[in-house]
Amino acid sequence: MELGLEVDDSRPPYTVLVVKGEIDVYSAPRLREKLVELVTQGQRQIVADLEGVDFLDSTGLGVLVGGLKRLRSHNGDLSLVCTQARILKVFEITGLTSVFRIAATVDEATTSSTS
Amino acid sequence: MELSLRMTLPSSEGYIAIVRLVVASLAASRRNLAAERIDDLKLAVSEACTNAIEANRAAGGSRVVEITLWEGAERMEVCITDSGSGFDPADLPEHPPVTDPERLNFERGLGIPLMRSLVDELRFDPTPEGTSVWMTLFGGPAGDAGDETGEIIRVVTSEDT
Repeated sequence: MELGLEVDDSRPPYTVLVVKGEIDVYSAPRLREKLVELVTQGQRQIVADLEGVDFLDSTGLGVLVGGLKRLRSHNGDLSLVCTQARILKVFEITGLTSVFRIAATVDEATTSSTS
Repeated sequence: MELSLRMTLPSSEGYIAIVRLVVASLAASRRNLAAERIDDLKLAVSEACTNAIEANRAAGGSRVVEITLWEGAERMEVCITDSGSGFDPADLPEHPPVTDPERLNFERGLGIPLMRSLVDELRFDPTPEGTSVWMTLFGGPAGDAGDETGEIIRVVTSEDT
């Protein structure tokens, strides 16, 4: 399945990256490239909207962790939007729910910057 | 235990989506498993295939990944086999706790801990000729599963054809 990556820059200072489809070892490199590209462009507050993601594997998790690390080293942040139980479960098992700020909606992710 | 699926695939990441689709669809139609367990199986199979491809690639040459699905009265098992140089799960590094800032340095190595918590039993059978990963999900056949027994699906692909 094709991985959809759309950038919504209508909510400055936040850049929303809308991800759709399956993130696995095959498609994750495209997500990594997109995150690197956004950081290189100077974006520092990135929100990855995962509501349209049907599948997420450990390689995808690793790419998100890498993105978070890259942003934090630039005093930025990568937060996530996700309410799907099957995707949240992957974060819970790996203990990453306490590493990422995970919001229920894009509005929530782009208004509460306190954390 | 009866064999109901055998797939042989080239060592390319692009085929993993097909494996999880076929394994999950077969398990969903034939086994008494909740939708959530099918999702667990899908992810565990995907992780095992990712590792198998990596092992094959590290060993070099043209190597395939074999996936088999076995069904019994109270359990099903999926086996993913590579022909890499074998691996010892005991050699895996421990991840620091999530409160440790060092935790962010672990972008890889999450696959096996994930697999362990997703399936009921996980077993590695490393040999010098390659590694087999056996994953077990408890649960009997679905009430409306067909009467077919034995090998139901066989998929063999080759990048050369």
